[in-house]
Amino acid sequence: MSEIMDQLLEMDEDTQKGKFLTFIVDKEEYAIEIKYVTEIIGGIQTITEVPEVPDYVRGIINLRGKIIPVMDVNIRFKKEPKPYGDRTCIIVIDIDDLSVGLIVDYVAEVLSITEDNIVDPPTDRAGFNNRYIKGIGKVGQSIKLILDCTVLLSDENLAYCKESV
Amino acid sequence: MDRDIGNDPVMDMFVFETFQLVDQLEQLVLQSEKANTFDTAEINEIFRIMHTIKGSAAMMLFNNISAIAHAMEDLFFNLRETELLEMNYSKLCDLVLGGIDFIKVETAKIKAGQDADGIPDQLLDNIHEYLTSLKPGEESANLEESPPATIQLDICVEENCYKAVIFFEDDCEMENMRAFNVIHKIEDIATLIQYFPDDITENDDSSLVIRESGFEVEFATHRRKEEIENFFLGLAFVKSIEIFELAGDQEEKVNYTEGNGYKTVIFFEDDCGMENMRAFNIIHKIEDIARLTRYFPDDITENDDSSLVIRETGFEVDYITSRSREEIEKFFLGLAFVKSIEILEVAEEREEKVKGSSAVVESNNSEIAGKDTVVNSIAAKKQSIISVQLNKLDKLLDLVGELVISEAMVTKNPDLSIIQDLENFSKAARQHHKVINELQDIVMSIRMVPLAGTFQKMNRIVRDMCKKLNKQVELVIAGEETEVDKNIIEHLSDPIMHLIRNAIDHGIEPVEERIASGKPAVGKIHLEAKNEGGDVWITIRDDGGGLNREKILQRALEHGLVNKMETELSDQEIYGFILLPGFSTKQEVTEFSGRGVGMDVVAQNLEEIGGLVNVDSKPDIGTTISLKIPLTLAIIDGMGISVGKSIYIVPITSIRESFKAKENEVFMDPDGMEMIMVRGECLPILRLHKIYKIETPVREIHNGIIMIVENDNRSVCLFADELIGEQQVVVKALPRYLKKVKGIGGCTLLGDGRSSLILDIAGVVNY
Repeated sequence: MSEIMDQLLEMDEDTQKGKFLTFIVDKEEYAIEIKYVTEIIGGIQTITEVPEVPDYVRGIINLRGKIIPVMDVNIRFKKEPKPYGDRTCIIVIDIDDLSVGLIVDYVAEVLSITEDNIVDPPTDRAGFNNRYIKGIGKVGQSIKLILDCTVLLSDENLAYCKESV
Repeated sequence: MDRDIGNDPVMDMFVFETFQLVDQLEQLVLQSEKANTFDTAEINEIFRIMHTIKGSAAMMLFNNISAIAHAMEDLFFNLRETELLEMNYSKLCDLVLGGIDFIKVETAKIKAGQDADGIPDQLLDNIHEYLTSLKPGEESANLEESPPATIQLDICVEENCYKAVIFFEDDCEMENMRAFNVIHKIEDIATLIQYFPDDITENDDSSLVIRESGFEVEFATHRRKEEIENFFLGLAFVKSIEIFELAGDQEEKVNYTEGNGYKTVIFFEDDCGMENMRAFNIIHKIEDIARLTRYFPDDITENDDSSLVIRETGFEVDYITSRSREEIEKFFLGLAFVKSIEILEVAEEREEKVKGSSAVVESNNSEIAGKDTVVNSIAAKKQSIISVQLNKLDKLLDLVGELVISEAMVTKNPDLSIIQDLENFSKAARQHHKVINELQDIVMSIRMVPLAGTFQKMNRIVRDMCKKLNKQVELVIAGEETEVDKNIIEHLSDPIMHLIRNAIDHGIEPVEERIASGKPAVGKIHLEAKNEGGDVWITIRDDGGGLNREKILQRALEHGLVNKMETELSDQEIYGFILLPGFSTKQEVTEFSGRGVGMDVVAQNLEEIGGLVNVDSKPDIGTTISLKIPLTLAIIDGMGISVGKSIYIVPITSIRESFKAKENEVFMDPDGMEMIMVRGECLPILRLHKIYKIETPVREIHNGIIMIVENDNRSVCLFADELIGEQQVVVKALPRYLKKVKGIGGCTLLGDGRSSLILDIAGVVNY
């Protein structure tokens, strides 16, 4: 974990291009652009529940004096909720000054995916709910699903939705 | 000055100051208009303001602002001249306010980083027209802008230079203003070179000097001595005059056409230290571009105290150079630690006359024939108030908040329970707590701003609207000294403005109607603020016709807003409809109101800061709108209550009492609403675990705790698991990502690092 964070810190704007942080949620490997990631919190701290929010928003946490909401990506993707364990991580992402924590099963690595290795997701296959997926990256033999963070955060039940439209 | 050089702090300062001055000016003008007279003290004040604006705008190269300021100065100059004449103040005020608005708009543009590109010609024309109409008999020369800058030098050569010492009549008072008058008049017949004392506009004490030793003016003219004498004696209050011819001046001036003599006052950065050494550095450097003739203080190498002098009044250097003014300016500003400079130059733009700031000039008049000043009046002015960027204060507040939390983390640390004897620790902790409390109070008080500024702005709105709508309204302001957090004040200006507009437009009736119904012709609007508990109340009360209950109700029915029986609606509820967006009973949309937006703005703004709007009205007696505003958003005393695993904070100010209830005291109405009788009062019970769907083992009334909370005269009982204890919490907004949850006012961090939600009692009570 700490090596990943170090890697993150070493990179500045330029070198962040084409770099992705990958993590595992329910066997699938997802990737998000490094520029959105502000930090990774290992282990789950106390989450304060907030009433009247969608179930995948687990509540709020205290991140060194800053209060940020956290969402469980498992529940967000309509998967079975998993009990939180040692490897469970909160990835804090920051989009338009909006910080949100993503609860994921575990963080894998930081890697580069060049643009020619990214293909568009299939658009017309029925049953494939791809609105969160912005592209599919190939790294060697494995496949990473690249997440669209903006879509991930927007929801008609949440205030953020209004602003993103 | 090149705008690129104008570094940001200077620009910021200019914008800040100009806004402040313009506001001040606006107040003065409105006051005077109300009193229908301008007394001399006010005019002097106005002059000072206009002058500062003119000076600093010219320095920043905002010529349009300085032009308008100059024109406004002219206006008041004339006003002073025609003191006794009957005059149309209203027209004058329109002009001045127009000018003020222009300056405001331009300054706002500058603030937003745009070019101040407004063209004041229309306004200037209006002002000149007005001036001409005011004094048809006078020479038009008086009204024209001073001739362009280039003429002076050659004219000077042909003219004779004179020095006149003028004494005013013994009991005329305000000698400095008379003197100012003289220098203004003198322009008609001569080219002003300099005068002494030269701080007549800024310094009232200069009156004394003038009274003692007369007012000295040096000027160049081709008129004869007799003519001049007659001219001076013809001026008001002039008792006697002595005129000397200054022969030497001519040649000297010719000399300086080759290399101009300059005098420059240099200010160093506030905290650079060792000003005398910096100054020494400058006289060294200056040799590169000019011939140094003199500097002051002249003991910089021997006397360390000269630093103080330089810090106070700047470092003065006189020198001769053939370089252009811009070059010189660039040169000085390029030197290390130089904050601002003033360059006084041989005969240039006459228009920019006065802004002397050093009395040393006379000792050296051989070099300085005319004066033109580019003044950074900001640098020279000393203030006991500093302006700080709000975000720095916010940061400070955040830090103090963290400190409060970390204090709780230390003193409530679970590790302490192992140690037996904590006496010394507790002592230290108490002391620590005291200091932190004090710190917190101070930080909070820094952010507290009186409402006066916001209230005063309303005068202008009332004035303008009365004129346009032809109504007569008097605004009575009370409690303007009440202080509110800066963040909150920002949200108040708009709502109050809308309410005042509404009161004038809808509330106060036209004059005839008022007289017909036996009311005084002049309507009254009371704008009041007062502290009550942890809140501030602002009330806007008019004595107009009141709200039309039927019309509102009918309108609400049309819009399908009523979901109760008509008869069940209280008056307050009906009046509350006017707060909804798009709700207007007015048939036509006017310039001021009728679109139904205003009240919505009020409601929105108040909601944002956690306030409340209350509307009350009586037909023919008037409408009262009360705004309830929390004193501060930042740190509150709260009581922690636990529900299941969650902890909620209830603001102490809304708690009435808490107790354990017995099961048989609770009863239920047919809808399943639980209620309890407390000392003859029947209160509904809200089970927090129910409304927020929290898992908790405590479901029996007698196991938990009942807390009576009150808001706006309505009380409910909250049912929670147990009381945790009282503590100070720092209120933080819920993350933007989450939508607003009813009954939750914000969140906070607890001493153990956990976060917790703060209940918004106003929301809970209306659950």
